[in-house]
Amino acid sequence: MCRRAHVLGLDQVVKLSSTMHAMKVVVCVKQIPDPADPGALDPETRTLKRDVKLILDESDSYGVEMALQLVEAAGEGEVTLVSMAPNNERSGLATALAMGAASATLVSDPALVGTDALTTAKILAATIKDQGADLVIAGSESSDGYTGTVPEQIAAVLDLPSVTAAKSVEVDGSNILVKRQTDAGYDSIICPMPAVISVTAGVVEPRYPSFKGIMAAKSKPVEEKLAADLGFEEDQVGWSGSGQEIVEVAEAPTREAGDIIEDDGEAHVKIVEFLESLKVI
Amino acid sequence: MHFDEPEDFAVIRSEVRRLADKYGNTYWRSLEPDRYPEEFVSELTKNGWLSALIPEEYGGGGLSLSGATVILEEIAASGGNPGACHAQMYVMGTLLRHGSEEQKHKYLPRVADGSLRLQAFAVTEPEAGSETGKIRTKAERDGDTWRISGQKIWTSRAEYSDLMILLARTTPAEECERAIDGLSVFLVEMRNAEGSLVNGMTINPIDTWMNHSTTEVFFDDVVIPADALIGTEGMGFRHVLDGMNAERILIASECIGDGRFFLDKASAYANDRVVFGRPIGANQGVQFPLAKAYAHLEAANLMRFKAAWLFDQGHSCGAEANMAKMLASNASWEAGNAALDTHGGFGFAAEYDIERKLRETRLYQVAPINNNLILAFLGEKVLGMPKSY
Repeated sequence: MCRRAHVLGLDQVVKLSSTMHAMKVVVCVKQIPDPADPGALDPETRTLKRDVKLILDESDSYGVEMALQLVEAAGEGEVTLVSMAPNNERSGLATALAMGAASATLVSDPALVGTDALTTAKILAATIKDQGADLVIAGSESSDGYTGTVPEQIAAVLDLPSVTAAKSVEVDGSNILVKRQTDAGYDSIICPMPAVISVTAGVVEPRYPSFKGIMAAKSKPVEEKLAADLGFEEDQVGWSGSGQEIVEVAEAPTREAGDIIEDDGEAHVKIVEFLESLKVI
Repeated sequence: MHFDEPEDFAVIRSEVRRLADKYGNTYWRSLEPDRYPEEFVSELTKNGWLSALIPEEYGGGGLSLSGATVILEEIAASGGNPGACHAQMYVMGTLLRHGSEEQKHKYLPRVADGSLRLQAFAVTEPEAGSETGKIRTKAERDGDTWRISGQKIWTSRAEYSDLMILLARTTPAEECERAIDGLSVFLVEMRNAEGSLVNGMTINPIDTWMNHSTTEVFFDDVVIPADALIGTEGMGFRHVLDGMNAERILIASECIGDGRFFLDKASAYANDRVVFGRPIGANQGVQFPLAKAYAHLEAANLMRFKAAWLFDQGHSCGAEANMAKMLASNASWEAGNAALDTHGGFGFAAEYDIERKLRETRLYQVAPINNNLILAFLGEKVLGMPKSY
């Protein structure tokens, strides 16, 4: 049973005072094929080929930035990374380390090829659970798989409260105050730590790794683990451990041509009628 | 022997490119004709890229020259103009190699963190271009000070610099055995506490073909402290000469970046632009000049890395540094011309950035040393033929 996060009234948020607290933040990061050079789908597995250049998923760079800002605001603490890959690819981790994370754990194992979202969450949770994190941050969804479920699954496995779509996070004693993005605006949430939060793209401006950061990243520790090191049997991970199967991949439908409204002096009427027919106005 | 780039370089390339792409061609175009890229230079400095060559003990990155060339190459390849800030990398070389420990500890950490800009390198004069021994700006010792009088020209970025490396005559030429003797190099603090230019110094911007923030600087009895002298009095020419090899190698790398920019743009355009029912790149008249320029650019690139490697090993690299600059500037100009032809009329349109980059890269066949003088150097010093000038 997860401990609950509570939605606050605005007045409650205003009354809360900030206190400083050494922060240990774990950020889940994924290394994905460069969207500028994404490669192709493997026709057999119907998944993205990963034999191209991998980079830090941009959606995770927001989580790294938010974690760094929280630690900076706390005045002490550190940001560590966890990641999972079917090979010992580190280039994306290097970017996050160069941004300022202190160390990383990479679960690197060929047996992980084909691992689904839930097993990914279990593996990441197993990596996180003994780290003594105050906060676990993940991107809302990866830019290659887009399942959007892993952060909440990690929270469930670790039995931690979870807040999704965080647009801002502030530490207040043993709690975090989160503004959660909604369609209408945002919810103000108070949540006890430790907790898992997912952040949406664009909520912070990820810093550019400095030259010194890049050089320092080379000597930052990256611990590699196998799935077996975390207590997983071979049939619990990869394709064999996956509870889901991709049965078909189809081309996205071609975008249809729009209607062109000639302005004969009555164009505005036609546009209003069109928007009304869509119930947009 | 291998030609693999060190792993670090890939990270440097991608991060510099990411930062440079944030600005993009629209930004560089908007600076025309003469606005300094203050925002870009500040961000580059803040992220430590311009202090990459300063040793770590003085707050810099301690990077090799080979690595530093990659930084400037990527800025140029993105469409930017590293000429706006490249001097921040190499001008400090004279101070680093010949300055006293006191001078280095006083200035280098502040150059590294960006609180001081050392971008002005004042050597050339209206009556003394490549013939450095003819410079007339003089520094006369007066108690605990030096008094500077004279004029420099083509001192780029002086308006945006806090410090200047200045070459001045301290012993009259007629009293020297050789014309290049009797010259001394100084580190001049250009601004007073209020940020204004020091008494007696005047800077006049010069309108040029490209946006390079170049100026002429007048010294009317400018007084600087005695300890502004770098190294040994009378040895100034040799002291600045050391930094010139680094300058040439860095500028060669900028030209390599420019060439990549031209060829990337032109080959993409040649594939996309359809005339008479097929891409114009299917015509040998379009394709071959680009391919030829690519071959020349790659050859220049090899010389760039050879020169940089020699420099990093502490070996003599004068010929290689000069050849790299000459080959790269010729190749980038060739690539730019081919890109202009490929784009047809659009190549002259500002929004395509070809004409802007072509103006920028053309400078480097002339500066920091004319390519003809490089040929003269090779002919005389390397091939042993008579002096040709």
